[in-house]
Amino acid sequence: MKALLSFIITCMLCSSLQAQNYAIVGATVHTMGPKGTLENATVLIQNDKIQAVLTGDADLQAYKVIDAKGKVITPGLIGAHTSLGLVEVSSSAGTVDSEVSPVNFSTVGAAADVSFGINPDSSLMNISRIAGVTSAASSVTHSSQLFSGQGAMITLGDKTQPIIKPRAFMGVNMSNSGADNIGGSRALLWVALEQAISETEFFGPKGLSPAQQWHGELARADLQALWPVVNGDIPLIIDARRAADIRQVIAFKQRHPKLHIVLLQATEGWRVADELAANDIAVILNPESNLPYAFDQLGATMANAARLDKAGVMVAIGMESHNIRLAKQHAGNAVANGLAWSQGLAALTINPAIIYKIDTLVGSLEADKQADLVIWSGDPLEVTQTAEQVFIKGQLLDMQSRQTKLRDRYLDLQQDRPMNYVRP
Amino acid sequence: MHYQNRKIMQSGILLAAGILTACGDNPSKREAVVINGDPFPSTYQPITSNATLIKNVTILDGIGGRIEKGALLMQGGKIVSLGQNLPATGDTTVVDGQGKWVTPGIIDVHSHLGVYPAPSTSSHSDGNEKTAPVTAQVWAEHSIWPQDPGFGRALAGGVTAMQILPGSANLVGGRGVTVKNLPDRVVQDMKFPGAPYGLKMACGENPKRVYGDKGGPGTRMGNVAGYRQAWADAQEYQRKWDLYYKDFDAGKAPQQPKRDLKLDTLAKVLKGEILVHMHCYRADDMGTMLDVMQEFGYKISVFHHAVESYKIADKLAAANVCSAMWADWWGFKMEAYDGIQENIPMVHAAKACAIVHSDSELGIQRLNQEAAKAWANGRRAGLDISQADAWQWLSANPAKSLGIFAQTGSLESGKNADVVLWSTDPFSTYAQAEHVYIDGALVYDRNNPESWPVSDFELGQPGEGDSK
Repeated sequence: MKALLSFIITCMLCSSLQAQNYAIVGATVHTMGPKGTLENATVLIQNDKIQAVLTGDADLQAYKVIDAKGKVITPGLIGAHTSLGLVEVSSSAGTVDSEVSPVNFSTVGAAADVSFGINPDSSLMNISRIAGVTSAASSVTHSSQLFSGQGAMITLGDKTQPIIKPRAFMGVNMSNSGADNIGGSRALLWVALEQAISETEFFGPKGLSPAQQWHGELARADLQALWPVVNGDIPLIIDARRAADIRQVIAFKQRHPKLHIVLLQATEGWRVADELAANDIAVILNPESNLPYAFDQLGATMANAARLDKAGVMVAIGMESHNIRLAKQHAGNAVANGLAWSQGLAALTINPAIIYKIDTLVGSLEADKQADLVIWSGDPLEVTQTAEQVFIKGQLLDMQSRQTKLRDRYLDLQQDRPMNYVRP
Repeated sequence: MHYQNRKIMQSGILLAAGILTACGDNPSKREAVVINGDPFPSTYQPITSNATLIKNVTILDGIGGRIEKGALLMQGGKIVSLGQNLPATGDTTVVDGQGKWVTPGIIDVHSHLGVYPAPSTSSHSDGNEKTAPVTAQVWAEHSIWPQDPGFGRALAGGVTAMQILPGSANLVGGRGVTVKNLPDRVVQDMKFPGAPYGLKMACGENPKRVYGDKGGPGTRMGNVAGYRQAWADAQEYQRKWDLYYKDFDAGKAPQQPKRDLKLDTLAKVLKGEILVHMHCYRADDMGTMLDVMQEFGYKISVFHHAVESYKIADKLAAANVCSAMWADWWGFKMEAYDGIQENIPMVHAAKACAIVHSDSELGIQRLNQEAAKAWANGRRAGLDISQADAWQWLSANPAKSLGIFAQTGSLESGKNADVVLWSTDPFSTYAQAEHVYIDGALVYDRNNPESWPVSDFELGQPGEGDSK
């Protein structure tokens, strides 16, 4: 029955792929905005924007009407920490733009700028977006330097202009592996970070001409990249896992109150939850990571997300690339381990939008925001439910990917010619 | 089919009194040399348990049956009966499971718990003997650290047994071992009694990447030459032993062949006593291995990872080889690039044997969710498989592929009471294993923190005894 409904929805629309005005009627709509959750609601899309989310009767003559009765609508999901557009195949398969090696013009790695590397034709884009992921934070994941460079906010709906916001955040690794990279010890790692901050503060926004002398440790390109961090314009995403490291991060923020600091991983965050809330530090985490992989993750538990949320810490979920579509399952498991359902959905939508300062654009279904939304077969956090139709910037997506085509080619193995001649 | 030989071998072991007896010790009572097939015997002891009746539950029996408002009676470590109204005697523990579900315990055919434990320090990295492409002489059980906290996490996910395998660096990685998920002081304490050994082999990228700069193989064709030479060597080795016994029986005084631990294991595969578990992603790699299997007359029990089984599901059904798969992993290397979310149901629909496996200390905690995703994706693709049938991917098919289906893997009278009571429909993200029973004993009770296993490693550390 579900499949039949999905078929009807899809085929009502298969003739019209260009932008137009849509009225999606009858669904349960989780706006993730001030209107909360609305039953039997109508979502009006005008061009690339949400025009209104309302209940009751409305004049829908100017709209293409989509019946979504019995369905669930949410904002498009935001990949909170991915390398979408930077990686096609991770291992032994050529260039991977999410992995960087040291170069002499960037002594601390801050200068790296992934906005030059985002490939909207990557197969991960369609595979992820038909599962409801409409935008993402994309950044370097493998670096042996102090900073992993400048990440970008991207949309999965635009094949020519995928960048929503270039140089949107900076990454730094203050966990065990970060220490391993920088002098083998936190005793040097933290000094390196403090020095980078103080040199950038001294350097300021003014820039240097090649003729001007500069005797600091940081390269010019790094100083330039770090200024928006020091100035609090973009978040510094700090990977820290054990409670002691997280306390160091809190002290760091207190020393540098201007910085906008977000924690990544925060495996033992639950042990420091009240302090994190008091210092207004949000967390991006994987709620399923419940094993002591190293001595800086001994307190790992699936209750981490729920405990942080309960203390008032903003939580975002979704650390993956090829399978960022599983972020909804990760959030579902956080809910199974105590997180409120609405917070599980917030962790995939409005919370990452706020963390990355793109919440005026996406993250909730409110008038004048970009029309990124998903019609789900049911509860999106359920592993058995799926995205039936996705909109990005008001455009109805073709719900196909390389994977659905492989499936359709091989659903019937009895062919009278080689499979390369079978067009799904 | 494999197991008859196994029984013959075991009785041989008993007769040989379990030691390598050199001939000529006592010329008046000359005996042939017999190799002990079980030098590290299981010392597993089931925990004593009270009779338990779970009632008012939805039961998936693991072999396609479903009972609404059902009841399950366990006694003496075995399943006694299941039905709709079962009487409880006075001393039976009764669990009213209104709204809950009961299934067989989950069995993971592909785990590296203990051999790649947490914490994942280099000193703990004991899963790949990356010193030669064929290391059939190594046994995973000699690397297992029973204090890996991952066992307890998997238990909380309803996993009652698993096969622990060497890694996939080598063409032949060594023996895998099937264990009960009840680690104790030494690894023998958790070995599944009577389970045959597995042999880990690997196709494709990993061996050629590891050995490409170390003398080879450096290509897929090099890989295949490596397997074939290994089997040819094993055949020759077996012929030497066969001749030795033949000559001995003919009253001659043959010289005992030199024992070779690597060829011992490979020869046992050729005799059907050890089951082959082969890491193989691509359809063409699997197709080649089906012919190698024919050429040397051995049986591949399961292709592991099998990301492209959907492309050759008919051939796998005809060859009676299982596929152990993830629900949706893909793209981390070229041979995983064509992964699709319908692989598992497409293999099932072609009447081939489908298994959901983890290869992950996280995935093993949620194998029910992996099956649920595959089941739902299959239905959306028009493959209408019942939940009751789909549960075969988690218990019965793994048990068959490991040679332990006579003991476990389904809820049938007389089988080991390896049972999970789920808080709700286990095809839901929100379902949690509330009770886990191994051989009838309640070994995990989500609502009773005192019942949660805590490994030695976790004692005295942050988070000791916490909900995980």
